[in-house]
Amino acid sequence: MSFANGMEFFIDHSRCIGCEACVQACEECDTHRGISMIHLETIMRADSVQTAPQVCMHCEDPICAQVCPADAIKKTEEGVVLSSLKPRCIGCSNCVLACPFGVPKYRAEINQMMKCDMCYDRTSIGKRPMCATVCPSGALTFTTREQIERTRQGSAIREWMFGGEVVKTKVNVLVPRSVQRLDVTVERPGETRTDEYDVANLLKGD
Amino acid sequence: MAEETLKGCSDCAKKKAARWREDFPIDWEADNYITRREMVKYLALGSLTIAGANFLLAGVPHLLASPQMPRVKLGSLSDLAPGSSALFRYPTPDDPCIAVRKPDGSLVAYSSVCTHLSCAVIHDRQQNTLFCPCHNGYFTLNEGRPYAGPPNRPLPRIRLEQQGDEIYAVGVEV
Repeated sequence: MSFANGMEFFIDHSRCIGCEACVQACEECDTHRGISMIHLETIMRADSVQTAPQVCMHCEDPICAQVCPADAIKKTEEGVVLSSLKPRCIGCSNCVLACPFGVPKYRAEINQMMKCDMCYDRTSIGKRPMCATVCPSGALTFTTREQIERTRQGSAIREWMFGGEVVKTKVNVLVPRSVQRLDVTVERPGETRTDEYDVANLLKGD
Repeated sequence: MAEETLKGCSDCAKKKAARWREDFPIDWEADNYITRREMVKYLALGSLTIAGANFLLAGVPHLLASPQMPRVKLGSLSDLAPGSSALFRYPTPDDPCIAVRKPDGSLVAYSSVCTHLSCAVIHDRQQNTLFCPCHNGYFTLNEGRPYAGPPNRPLPRIRLEQQGDEIYAVGVEV
């Protein structure tokens, strides 16, 4: 369930400088020219310049594919979850609603969902994804785990918690060494979470 | 707690997977896997389709071809001496034909378009045969079958009818 050359995708959100080079590079890809499949999110925009690139996390059990009624989303043997198959996608947007990372986007002009496929045309032949080749700050990196452990301070994890659901992904994120799993549980009304790395808290911008 | 529940049942994913999922697997490889039965079915149905299409192609023109060929008067038999030939056009003015009266007095007619490269076939009086001078093709006078040279399809035969002395062309046998 990994590439033959042992390469993996790593996101280090803290390194993102918001230059949008990844977005441009993604747009230039010939397989989906003009449409970027990477999303650059802004975090607490009023107070911060922090940005975060969002590629498809390529879940081990892809919920987008699970909810697809048209059998249009497939996972390769390397664990890459592909974009929707044009002949099959019916544009129902089930995957758009189901994805916990907000990756799939419905394109009304072609009535099809398009999402990041980790540049499968490139990665399957040993090349790096477009975004990872252009990222100037190393926020998006496609390399081996040994290399990351040698050069970065944080640890790379790929386990998420969405409410009661544990999601394991193929793409790693770099977090402080104390963190074992990213908790994205949305808090209920009246309940306050104190977790320092709780994404829901961070997005709320308190 | 949720995590414990998940841990408590290690093959939850397998148990949860519905039976229809076997037919619509998420894995690319499983989705593209072709079973032996599927392949044999594809080959058998494909062969049947091709065979059926062949029968249709061979049969439909015969069904569609109008059985009504014009009845055209060619002339009188007495005008054509045994061993001589005459040219006419049948069924349309664009279809040249040749009528040959054999030495025994019987009359045969064929399309005079050579089945090799469409040259005009002439009657060879000496050898009593139909001859195409372009590439030395020979056709028998009795059946229009090619027996020498490059042609390998017989000449279409023109059906004739005799009423008294009058000769009529009534059809074409391909």
